[in-house]
Amino acid sequence: MRLIVHNMLTCNIKGVINKFPLRIEAEKVIKKEVDFNPDFLRHMLAKIEWKALVDGARSMGYTELPDHAPALESDEPFLRKFHHALLELNLEEGSLVCQESGRKFPVEKRVPNMLLHEDEV
Amino acid sequence: MKLKQLEGLLGDLQQFSHPKVELEQYPTGPHIASRMLFTAENSYGDITDKVVADFGCGCGTLSAAAALLDASCVIGFDIDPQSLETATLNAEELEVEIDFVQCDVTKLELKGQVVDTVVMNPPFGTRKKGADMEFLSAAMKVASQAVYSLHKTSTREHIKRAALRDFNAKSAEVICELRYDLPKLYKFHKRKEVDIAVDLWRFEPRQN
Repeated sequence: MRLIVHNMLTCNIKGVINKFPLRIEAEKVIKKEVDFNPDFLRHMLAKIEWKALVDGARSMGYTELPDHAPALESDEPFLRKFHHALLELNLEEGSLVCQESGRKFPVEKRVPNMLLHEDEV
Repeated sequence: MKLKQLEGLLGDLQQFSHPKVELEQYPTGPHIASRMLFTAENSYGDITDKVVADFGCGCGTLSAAAALLDASCVIGFDIDPQSLETATLNAEELEVEIDFVQCDVTKLELKGQVVDTVVMNPPFGTRKKGADMEFLSAAMKVASQAVYSLHKTSTREHIKRAALRDFNAKSAEVICELRYDLPKLYKFHKRKEVDIAVDLWRFEPRQN
C-alpha cells in the first residue's frame, strides 16, 4: 500500500465519526522507484491531505517531508520528497488503525484488507 | 501504445483459476478491455497521467490496461483475496505498478477527490440482485471526472434513469455496444458459449 492510497482510505465501521486518517503501524516497508512526473505531483498537491501524508510517511520511516507544503510548488527538491513519500514507499506488512475505534485493518503482501465483520456494518 | 499491442499484452494475463459464481466472476476479455481503455484515453483523455480506480478488479485486466496506457496511479479494488493474488502476479508479469485494496466496493467510503476515473466491469446483478446498480452508485461517489462501466444492453433505460436521477450524473452516454463472449465457465451454463449484448457507458459526475 502506497501513501497515495492511504490518503483516501477511511474506517467505515457503523457509528465511527473520526474515520480518517488511519494510523499506520508498519512492520515491513519497501521502496520502489517510480518515474518522476512533476505536473502530476503539482496537480496532486491540491488534493492530498497533507498532515495524513506527513504522519503516514513518518510511520513508514521517512521524515523528510515538511509540516506544511511550501507556497512555491515548483520547488524541485520539495517535489522530489513529495514524490518519494506519495509513490515510492510501500507498506508490505503492517496495519491501518482506526483512531476512534482502535480496529486494525491488516496489510499483507501490500494489500490492505478493509472488509468489515458482520457486526461492524 | 497501439490498440493491437495493448490487446496482445492483456491476452497473456492469468485469469480466475476457480471462478466464484456468487461473485459473478467472469474475465474481462482482452478485446473488450483494450477497446474500453483505449477509447477512454483517445476520445476523452481520462487515463494517461490520471488516478484510475478499477472497481471489482478481479484478476486486474482493466487495471493492467490503465497502467499500460500510462495512468499515473492505478488502484484495483476487489472482495476476493484469490483474485487479488492473481492480479498482483499479473502486474508483476507486466512490470507495471498497481495498488490493490481488498474490500466490499459497495460499502467503501473514500475520502477526497484523488480518484479521477473509475473503470469497471461490474457484476450484472444475476446472482445478487441490484449489484450492478450498487457498483455504479459507489463509482459515481468516488470518481471526480468519469466512470466507464459495462452493463447489459437490456438494462439501458433503467441505468440511464438511475444515473441521472439518483447517482449524481451530469451525463450518461452509451459509447458503444459490444458483444461479451462468455465461455462456459460454470456447470449451470448449458451452452458452450454465449454472447451477451453489453453497453459501454461513460458517466460524468456532477462536481461536488
